[in-house]
Amino acid sequence: MSTAEIYSVLFCGIGGQGVLKAADILGEAAMDAGWHVMKSEVHGMSQRGGSVESHLRFGSGVFSPLIACGKVDFLVPFDGAEARRLRQCLARRGIDLGVYIERALGEVSHKRFLNTWMLGVLSVFLPIDESVWLSALEKVLRYALKENRQAFVAGRWAAKQNGTRQGRRHGGT
Amino acid sequence: MARGKTGKKELLSGNAALARGAYEAGVKVACAYPGTPSTEILETLAGFPEVDAQWSVNEKVALEVALGAAVGGVRSLYASKHVGLNVAMDPLMTSAYVGVSAGLVVVVCDDPGMHSSQNEQDTRWVALYGKLPLLEPSSPAEAHLFVQEAYRISERYDTPVLVRLTTRVAHAKEDVTTGGRREVAPKSFNIDAAKYVMVPRNGMRRHAVLEQRLEKLRRYAEQTAVNRIEEGDNTLGIVVSGVAYLYAREAYPDASFLKLGMPHPLPERLLRDFAGRVERLVVIEELDPFLEEGVRAMGLDVERRHVSWRVGELRPEDIPLIVKRRPRPRRDRAGARRPVMCAGCPHRFVFWILRKNKVTVAGDIGCYTLAAAPPLAALHTCVCMGAGVTFQEGLRRAQPGERFVGVVGDSTFVHSGITGLINAVYNRIDGVILILDNATTAMTGMQDNPATGTNIRGEPTRRLDLEELCRACGVESVDVIDPEDLESLEETLKRRLDEKGLSVIITRRPCWQLVRTRRPIPEYLREKCRKCGICLQIDCPALSEDEEGFIKLDEDICVGCDLCVKVCPFDALVSRWKEEAGEHS
Repeated sequence: MSTAEIYSVLFCGIGGQGVLKAADILGEAAMDAGWHVMKSEVHGMSQRGGSVESHLRFGSGVFSPLIACGKVDFLVPFDGAEARRLRQCLARRGIDLGVYIERALGEVSHKRFLNTWMLGVLSVFLPIDESVWLSALEKVLRYALKENRQAFVAGRWAAKQNGTRQGRRHGGT
Repeated sequence: MARGKTGKKELLSGNAALARGAYEAGVKVACAYPGTPSTEILETLAGFPEVDAQWSVNEKVALEVALGAAVGGVRSLYASKHVGLNVAMDPLMTSAYVGVSAGLVVVVCDDPGMHSSQNEQDTRWVALYGKLPLLEPSSPAEAHLFVQEAYRISERYDTPVLVRLTTRVAHAKEDVTTGGRREVAPKSFNIDAAKYVMVPRNGMRRHAVLEQRLEKLRRYAEQTAVNRIEEGDNTLGIVVSGVAYLYAREAYPDASFLKLGMPHPLPERLLRDFAGRVERLVVIEELDPFLEEGVRAMGLDVERRHVSWRVGELRPEDIPLIVKRRPRPRRDRAGARRPVMCAGCPHRFVFWILRKNKVTVAGDIGCYTLAAAPPLAALHTCVCMGAGVTFQEGLRRAQPGERFVGVVGDSTFVHSGITGLINAVYNRIDGVILILDNATTAMTGMQDNPATGTNIRGEPTRRLDLEELCRACGVESVDVIDPEDLESLEETLKRRLDEKGLSVIITRRPCWQLVRTRRPIPEYLREKCRKCGICLQIDCPALSEDEEGFIKLDEDICVGCDLCVKVCPFDALVSRWKEEAGEHS
């Protein structure tokens, strides 16, 4: 099977950073864009400050909700230590968006909008229209929609400015 | 979730999809006790006004109510985690004898890898042992379909049907096409002692009925669409069920598959047919060799999986290793953050005092089990729900001279601590039981329970009075203390430990996640800090050590509970509560 049409995104961070929420937004957006979506997460300890990851895959021919280690196309970390821990799971040509964390923290009005800012960065790399992303934000987020939308647009703009080659490729050539 | 929408795609978790499928199948009564990873099933069902949903006091109660409702004539559902079903084993085993009238689906969520559990038992054996049919969906979309098939099986064969999810299915999300609800007219309850009164004479006849039913279910398993052969390259044939199917399909896209949506009873003819077609027969499954043993018992030549695979959950990258007959590699979780009690958690105050007084603590299941981890290390046993009370009795009987305390949460106490307390009174054991009453079932995500006075829909109900209950059990001294009042807590604990007799101390303060009040955070006076590290022993996520050994106070995490202020011997952490109060007065 060709995996060319599958996008595998790994979100990671620590409890309270909105890891699961970010993956939910991408899930809704990918579904509304017409893709088959599989997502995995583990609840229970997420509010207790432990490590949290969420795997999201969409495309055609997706079966597994978990991404095999070494097959992550996009690593979207909200925490530097978690990024370092999970970088080993990137595919050879996978992209680590961790390079944007510092800039994101400098730009967002509050830490809790870090997740939507980073989604804005990710959005540039994925075949989903901006309007679909914005309606997914609206569908998933219950409060501070305006601030989250601003953060998303700011992250998207930052990534566009850099061009999509700015994510750090890992272990490549 | 919108009710009654049809043909619409929704991104649903395995739990929500299963609940949605049950709703569409016309389920009327649904009962559960919360437990990760099963909790969201009942939370979803409680959102539908047509469903009479409840948090039951425990799983035994939940299954009995659901079975009663199914016998009474309406489609019913029970849900719990794997260890929860252990609590309900008594009604479950005999439910196979009495059968149902309207359908009963028993959902159980296993937790391979123990993301949030005390063991990783494989509940498929319960189907074999209990002689019940078992369906096992691989994905949320299948959970949505399989639960509807489970109701058809239940009514056609007059049996409860087990549906097993694992964490990775329960907490996966997938786009699911939902349908509308089909109302099922309630049947009347017919008095039928031979079927519903399980005295030996009737039970013996029903046992024979049960064995005949299993034979019929074996025939069903041969022809049902939930078991299917996907023929590919026949050099490799994979027998698989559950989430492992999804991993294996991607790892070996060209192989032949026998996907078993129904792992019990096994379809022998189908398995023989499949085994005859393929050169190599490999079983891929998580935890125990349940399918492997079943296939081998048929005399089929199946490869033996390395024993190391019986432990832990599978990941997609494991599949080629199993096929290549290799052992499980060591997986490095180094660097992953462990969960801790939240900043502002009232439990932390209690465990600080227990630790300070060097008391040995029989613990229980809840957020407070996190107190077992160093540096706090103030909880010393944890086995199952309610054992905080009974383990302290056992420890005292073994070591009469030692000081033991039992610790149990409010919801856990109501679940199965009460019987242990009555036992302690009845059998005259001294001791101190602490009920940590944080006004919610916190670990599973803030569910109500009888002691909160609110039901699953958030409606008021009669509140269980814990102190009156303890007194009614025969406990003479029952103290109620705010755990943030450390001096009273310590003084009371010491006094009760020194006394003869059995006492209960209820430490009462709502879970921080419930109230989310932020108080002024303490001030750190670096010049007064002697780097003694005592404040780090409380295991607060807001406190850490910097490179020089001084304290870092994370102002985003700290909620101003001031426990660190109270434990600092050098006044290097100073409360700002009064200052703030002064400003506002």
